[in-house]
Amino acid sequence: MEHFLDTFFKPAILASTWPAIAKGMLVTIEIAILVVITGLALGLVLAVLRTLRYRLLDILIILFVDFFRALPPLVAVLLIYFGLPNIGINLPSFAVLWLVLSLVLTAFAEEIFWAGILSVRKGQWEAARSTGLGAGQTLAFVVLPQAIRLAVPPLTNRTIAIIKNTALGTVIGVPEIINNATTAVSFLGNATPLMMGALAYLILFTPIIAFGAWIERRFAWRRS
Amino acid sequence: MEAIVQQFFNVEIMAKALPLVLTGLWTTLLICIVVVPIGLVGGVLVAATSLSPRATLRRVVKLLVDLFRALPPLVLLIMVYSGLPFAGIRLTPLAAVSIAFFLNNSAYYGEIFRAGIESVPPGQWEAARSTGLSATQTFLWVVLPQGVRNVLPDLVSNTIEVVKLTSLASVVSMPEMLYSADMARSLTFNASPIVLAAAIYLALLWPAVRLVSRLEHTVSR
Repeated sequence: MEHFLDTFFKPAILASTWPAIAKGMLVTIEIAILVVITGLALGLVLAVLRTLRYRLLDILIILFVDFFRALPPLVAVLLIYFGLPNIGINLPSFAVLWLVLSLVLTAFAEEIFWAGILSVRKGQWEAARSTGLGAGQTLAFVVLPQAIRLAVPPLTNRTIAIIKNTALGTVIGVPEIINNATTAVSFLGNATPLMMGALAYLILFTPIIAFGAWIERRFAWRRS
Repeated sequence: MEAIVQQFFNVEIMAKALPLVLTGLWTTLLICIVVVPIGLVGGVLVAATSLSPRATLRRVVKLLVDLFRALPPLVLLIMVYSGLPFAGIRLTPLAAVSIAFFLNNSAYYGEIFRAGIESVPPGQWEAARSTGLSATQTFLWVVLPQGVRNVLPDLVSNTIEVVKLTSLASVVSMPEMLYSADMARSLTFNASPIVLAAAIYLALLWPAVRLVSRLEHTVSR
């Protein structure tokens, strides 16, 4: 028992490693916030573009969405991180992770926002237009508010799943939680930092997941 | 432009890397064949316990599901692969991948099956029980099939995620497709092998992604 505690929960290591884990948490939070902002905004823009119903544009957006729904994010991370320097573009690992996760979230968000827009009844468009609102006004003030509300529960779950992928940053050396934890493990030859890393993820994500479940219940209740 | 073709779409290098990447593809498929069925079975078990009359069992399973949903799959994998040896348990990469993904996938599949089961009207339970079926028979032959049908898009969608997840096995040096392609990349100093692997992933998963889109639209209507 003592050996077990010494290997997985050694007090001295807990004390010496927590600043590194805390720094990792900050990096994880930073990337997560950036990804959520850019991913959701771009996804909404693409969904709105689809309401214009330009055939070529539609096809391009669908191809983009399918591409990032089918490609494992780690493949994109490695491709961009190791491929771009060969043609003279050097992106820091932080930027690569941000870019890839944003594109993945954009793809999923577009799909969900578009489904939301489609499920707003046609009569809503017609009624709004007949009161004298322009097409853009109808979209912005009548259709999108309803569409976004429908999109919130599935979007919350998908967003949580994607920001958990910030852990992929460790593969290209982004100093986030698990990267700092594994570095400390190999440096100290002790598993305590790994347990601290896991705990850090639980501290970050348990409230977010509970929030997601709450959103799902609340919006489901309103709809019925 | 020529540099991009040279560095990303170099046919010569792709041809050279193809045998290695295809060997990796087999390992990827092997991981899928192991991981998807045990995840599905784990998911059904998780969903079944949520119906259990034993409150302690329900609570313990719910706690585990929440735990494994909060940990990123890569973190779970690293904990199993690099953490357990400290407790004297040394696992092969395939065993580590199977265990880590079993924990993660059971939680996700479990939530989907639970939603499916809850969507079956209680009258189905009562009617099936009154014909003389036991609770287990009712669950397996009456409720589960209807529940599965209701959440089919989510099940397919999650299975796509599981297949994409297998690429994480490269992090624990399992020679699956991404690992092989990345090895070819580091040998040739050229990203074309990874593009090749990406193309194979797309060929495998794109039909499934299209299918999910269509299923989602039919169900919501």
